[in-house]
Amino acid sequence: MKDPFINRKYVIMALIVMAAAGLIIRLFIIQVVKDSYRLSADNNVLRYVTQYPARGLIYDRKGELIVKNQAAYDIMVVPAQTAKSLDTTGFCDLLGISREHFRKQMKAAVNYSRRAPSVFLKQISDQTYARFQEKMFLFPGFYVQPRTLRKYSKSVGAHVLGYVSEVDDNAIRKDPYYKPGDYIGKSGIEESYEKVLRGRRGVKIFLVDVYSRIKGSYADGKMDTVAIQGADLTSSLDIRLQEYGELLMHNKRGSIVAIEPQTGEVLALVSAPTYDPGLLVGRIRSENFSRLQGDTLAIPLFNRALMAAYPPGSTFKPINGLIALQEGVINDETRFSCNKGYMFVGCHVHSSPLSLEGAIMNSCNSYFCQAFRRVLENPKYKSVPEAYAQWKTYLNQFGFGSKLGTDFVNELAGFIPSASYYDRYHGKNGWRALSVISLAIGQGEILITPLQMANMTAAIANRGYFYTPHIIKAIGKDNAISKRFTDRHSSSIDPANFDRIIEGMEGAVNGAAGTARAVAIKDIIVCGKTGTAQNPHGDAHSVFVAFAPKDNPRIAIAVYVENAGAGAAYAAPVASLMIEKYLRDSIGNKALEQKILDLNLEDKIIRREEEH
Amino acid sequence: MKRSINLWNSLDKVSIVLFLLMITAGWFNIYAAVFSEERSGIFDFSQRYGKQFVWIVATLLIAVFVVIIDNRFYFFFSWFIYGATILLLILVLIFGKEINGARSWFEFGGFSLQPSEFAKFGTALALASYLSNKRHGLTRLDVIVPALAILLLPALLTYFQPDMGSMIVFFALFIVLFREGMSPYIFVSGLLMIILFFLTLLFNNLYLTITIIAVAVILLFFITRRWKLCITGTGILIITTAIVYLLDHYIFNFLGIELVIFSSLILSGVVFAYYIYTKKAVVVMVIYLFLTGSVLFVNTVDYTFNNIVKPHQKQRIEILLGIKSDKHGTGYNVNQSIISIGSGGFAGKGYLQGTQTKFKFVPAQSTDFIFCTVGEEWGFLGSVLVIGMYLLLLLRLIFLAERQRSSFSRIYGYGVVSILFVHFFINVGMTIGLVPVIGIPLPFFSYGGSSLWGFTILLFIFLRLDASRTEYLV
Repeated sequence: MKDPFINRKYVIMALIVMAAAGLIIRLFIIQVVKDSYRLSADNNVLRYVTQYPARGLIYDRKGELIVKNQAAYDIMVVPAQTAKSLDTTGFCDLLGISREHFRKQMKAAVNYSRRAPSVFLKQISDQTYARFQEKMFLFPGFYVQPRTLRKYSKSVGAHVLGYVSEVDDNAIRKDPYYKPGDYIGKSGIEESYEKVLRGRRGVKIFLVDVYSRIKGSYADGKMDTVAIQGADLTSSLDIRLQEYGELLMHNKRGSIVAIEPQTGEVLALVSAPTYDPGLLVGRIRSENFSRLQGDTLAIPLFNRALMAAYPPGSTFKPINGLIALQEGVINDETRFSCNKGYMFVGCHVHSSPLSLEGAIMNSCNSYFCQAFRRVLENPKYKSVPEAYAQWKTYLNQFGFGSKLGTDFVNELAGFIPSASYYDRYHGKNGWRALSVISLAIGQGEILITPLQMANMTAAIANRGYFYTPHIIKAIGKDNAISKRFTDRHSSSIDPANFDRIIEGMEGAVNGAAGTARAVAIKDIIVCGKTGTAQNPHGDAHSVFVAFAPKDNPRIAIAVYVENAGAGAAYAAPVASLMIEKYLRDSIGNKALEQKILDLNLEDKIIRREEEH
Repeated sequence: MKRSINLWNSLDKVSIVLFLLMITAGWFNIYAAVFSEERSGIFDFSQRYGKQFVWIVATLLIAVFVVIIDNRFYFFFSWFIYGATILLLILVLIFGKEINGARSWFEFGGFSLQPSEFAKFGTALALASYLSNKRHGLTRLDVIVPALAILLLPALLTYFQPDMGSMIVFFALFIVLFREGMSPYIFVSGLLMIILFFLTLLFNNLYLTITIIAVAVILLFFITRRWKLCITGTGILIITTAIVYLLDHYIFNFLGIELVIFSSLILSGVVFAYYIYTKKAVVVMVIYLFLTGSVLFVNTVDYTFNNIVKPHQKQRIEILLGIKSDKHGTGYNVNQSIISIGSGGFAGKGYLQGTQTKFKFVPAQSTDFIFCTVGEEWGFLGSVLVIGMYLLLLLRLIFLAERQRSSFSRIYGYGVVSILFVHFFINVGMTIGLVPVIGIPLPFFSYGGSSLWGFTILLFIFLRLDASRTEYLV
């Protein structure tokens, strides 16, 4: 009998051929056309184990190691490899964590990936590590990743050194070098020299199976990259001077900046209150950080030396004297009389009339008001604003009103108003010398940071030039530092004009009528100038700038003690002790030292703030 | 009358050579899939490749045994064999060992047996036996229903295990039913339903319903070529819909938009029925029924999919359709499998050089995902070669089936073709992400005694029948 359905065999054959063709087309696409699958296969089988480089070390100017590294150990976990019968209690006891914490960390790890390693516990101590390592074989799936943390030989210099923390998302976005879990320098030297200190991560590539078990090294290690250690830095800081400065500023608020005038190297930079840099290391970091950040009264994280801008007060007078000399509106013979002040600016009792030298020595307000008025009313210029603009140019030459360009990250510019600033207040040509007369004695609108003040002092010590202050004097083996720190910035003031000013400053400390005669040091000629910065919020700030010795100065210093009253009272002794410490390494006037050490302004300030 | 034949000379050598090539290639790939540097002896019987060697030796003995038996045995005992395998499928539900949530295996002291592998040739035999004396083919309902029952019974029993893979294989025998005369419209409708099913999961029901209506109108125009009719029909439908919608909106307020369209279809059906009756327009009726059926189907798929299909199967379908992506959960196997095969490139990474294979990224690689090893280590060339072997074997078996004089042998031959084809297509298709993950082995390649023996018996019964095709002039 004829099969009526015989032709259906062709349909079935066609179906089979088409199905096979479909498979082959799909295979052609994934095997021959696309090559992304090869990459995926490589990613599956290769494990990149990061080799973290040790961060560069930091030495002080005398070669003393101040920042070093300590080993820390992260416990890593690969959830897929952990045993089901894990002895959780034993494990938690070994590491000193709660079962709750264990569960939380485990859950986070599983959420991240079951097969890839993630950090289970950060930065365990040496002792815990030693205990854990003995028993590690009991806990498959856990292993230890060594990291390095900072260690400080002395608990000082927190503001200068900065700190290191884990990178945040922001930093990762900005710089593709960083990966989650990396450390990055925050503030201070750690931040500004991050690229030098961090070195370069290396990576070892291993072959792993689906259980993440290492099956050997990939391509015999030919593709591995070696971690490159960060470069060591030599800081210009004198760590003992820094330590002494922090000791003197204990229980006070304010700052000290000491600079070597010949080079611009920062010898000490104290901001009080401060904190122990060791607090921001390791597992205690985040807790301590939020505690420090939460202290809104003392604001210990705030670096006053760079970021607090004050009106400079009388310490500004030497600059005004220099400008007046340079502009030719006064000379060595010029004397101004003072009857307890000039117009509405008061002054204290002293002999009168005074020369420039005497005016500096006695800090006569009247003298500088009259000199400043001559500067602004100089017939050489068409108008007061024009003369004022010239005055501002001189200030800018001394580094005021703009960032100095140091190797600190959070430097503030301070503020020197431009002529147009006063135009806005008084109307164009609506102001005269008397409108801004308080600038003569360093009050008014100008704002200057302690660092800028120290820099000005160095420029006076150098008789007219300065080097941009910097905290790092050598990087790595070749010692190179940025050229901007070896360029000399000269002012247009004739070096000869500095003699009178310096003599006045010498007299202020060493003269019989000097405002700071109480802090003179035997056999070292200190040239200084006291100042009192008006403080609208409370007691005036005590300010003192000085350099020593008079010939070939080796240290220029600016000291601010907040809410401490007149400059001579507290800032001058601190500066004098610092100078003696640096130049002699011992203190002659033990009574003065003890008086400063015993001084506790902090209690007074807190009492006041509580009252408010 | 019986002619004497030389059994060896009459066996189809092409099929036997392909069979031997496949089991050998399979064995080498199992070795590669299980391979690790520490154990390298290919005859290590603690490892799968060692065991597979034992299964292969056993399967060759079974093949010889199947061939030695008189061909009439298979015809006369076909119902008995079917009954026995059905009994095993029932017993496994009771005594079977539960592995991965399914009762598919008997275990006798370290040795396991999967009865569904044997039910495959049992069902093919029974179907052949039943259809061989139906002279008019599968044109009448009283013939179709028992035929369907024969293959639905084992399918139902494997559904209870549950083993979806084996269940689908029994449906493969529809190819046999088609060859033996079942109406192609049933297949076309089935195909349309499957397409609609996937479309429903991918697209919004409302849009799909509107599209179906548009398709119906266009069909109507192309078949009748009367645009007035089309416009009138569409107009009636739109007006009914508008009335129902307004009624619902202002009075009933409980019909969803889908129900509004569906009830409008039914209501407008009254008008169409009058037209169909007066004009005797069968075409219009067919199109109308198609339209109503499709719309009803579309609106019930979601319910079926969400309530009847098992969650893990639902996920597999969703991953295949790209509705969901899940590279670490359910999609992990497929993803890793595609990576393995894709990374093989044109010429492959070389034998035992596959990193995906060696480091066990693909689960079940020696069994259901054995094709990954082929794809990764032998590349496109090797994959095409393997597919070519299957294609050749299947076409050869169709050729053999068509040269049978007895309809029993022919129908059984198509049973073999259907079962092998579905296994081959689904298995390879799932490793390259072309079909959802359905756990069935690649015939003659995958590791496992039961499946190897099941396929061997399936194939060699047919080769035995073919060898005897000239003995009788039936």
